[in-house]
Amino acid sequence: MKKIKLMINGDEVDAEINPRTSLADFLREKCRLTSIHLGCEHGVCGACSVLLDDHPIRSCIMLAVACEGSEVHTLEGLDDDPMIVILRDAFHEKHGLQCGYCTPGMLITARDILKRIENPDERSIRQELSGNICRCTGYVGIIRAVERAAEAIKDKGLEIP
Amino acid sequence: MKPRAFEYIRPGSLEEAVKIIADGGGMAKLLAGGQTLLPMMNLRLAWAETLVDISRLPELQGVEETANEVRIGAAVCHAAIEDGDVPDPSNGLMRQVASQLAYRGVRNRGTIGGSLALSDPSAEWPTVLTALDAVIELYGPTGVREVAINDFVLGAYDTAFEEDEIIKSITIPKHSTTTRWGYFKTCRKAGEYAASLALIVIDHERDVQRAVLGATNGRPWDLPKTAVAMVDAHEWLPQKEHEVKAMIAADIEDNECKLNAFELRIHSTTILRAARETLK
Repeated sequence: MKKIKLMINGDEVDAEINPRTSLADFLREKCRLTSIHLGCEHGVCGACSVLLDDHPIRSCIMLAVACEGSEVHTLEGLDDDPMIVILRDAFHEKHGLQCGYCTPGMLITARDILKRIENPDERSIRQELSGNICRCTGYVGIIRAVERAAEAIKDKGLEIP
Repeated sequence: MKPRAFEYIRPGSLEEAVKIIADGGGMAKLLAGGQTLLPMMNLRLAWAETLVDISRLPELQGVEETANEVRIGAAVCHAAIEDGDVPDPSNGLMRQVASQLAYRGVRNRGTIGGSLALSDPSAEWPTVLTALDAVIELYGPTGVREVAINDFVLGAYDTAFEEDEIIKSITIPKHSTTTRWGYFKTCRKAGEYAASLALIVIDHERDVQRAVLGATNGRPWDLPKTAVAMVDAHEWLPQKEHEVKAMIAADIEDNECKLNAFELRIHSTTILRAARETLK
């Protein structure tokens, strides 16, 4: 077991961790952050995406023990994040989810797309979302939601950090 | 889908890391971004008694730019290359390659040195760094040595470094700003490993012309005839396409490894598309 200290959603967390525990299992099982959805557990589906030091990563192929000193944000910690607020509305409006299993990962990835790419077109949204698998929607609703969120950010003049 | 138990060590220096793997009897493995190793361990296709986390070692982070080359630390992640956070020695090629490599969540963790250490034939960097004539700096118990990429990537998952050595940096000669390149990756889904991968680099100022095919069943293939055919190409005319197609066929024919009908078609098409991209 190894002792680590890290920030999760703004709170300092001390934990004793078995080195083989993934960040995903640690967040879901120990911290009870259930927005962490485990789909494939080998880095293919994107459902477990979280922000590590503000960059999206796949928490199923990240060791919790390696996160010592890092800052982790899950969807729970982004409740009032202005971009997530816009994305949530857009996913609602454009039918960007059905069962919801992929949704936390989709939102984390979509937020990152909107941060990095100004005026993303459908092609670039499709390419950037290719690492997040959805088995219900056929993606069309999700892509429209991201497009809608990009428009809304522009309309509101929201400054992207 | 959980890895078996292992020890985890995060050494404070390269020297310490080398000592741990040297003493580990082959059972201590290096962990950089872990974007291949950890999935493989989750699937129990790989295992280690000890993982030696080198992802934060300061010696592996830096980027150094001189008049003629750029030296990239082995633990620099793909996203940093994609975003232009490191100087680009390839007139835009490396940024384009990085942007199509797996997914952003993977690119934020995966490292250029890690990709090279594994040398999956379908991965981007072994092929791209071959075309760019990179030099690999290896750190081991007896010090540092440099190996040209052609002597480094020996085959599928086969590389010229010893078990107690660590890739420290990758040095890439600076290509001129007039360098033309064409890159094409064939895969069924964006971000997947390549089914075929081809690259052409023409730098008149440095008298460099390279054409390289990746995602073969071994090391990247050099395509010298195709490269020469592209040197004077400025427009994609039917006559040029005809000539380039003939040279691609000749280069493939020259290779001692023979392709089946599917491989022949997918690789020929990918090389041709990379050639066409060179003129864009």
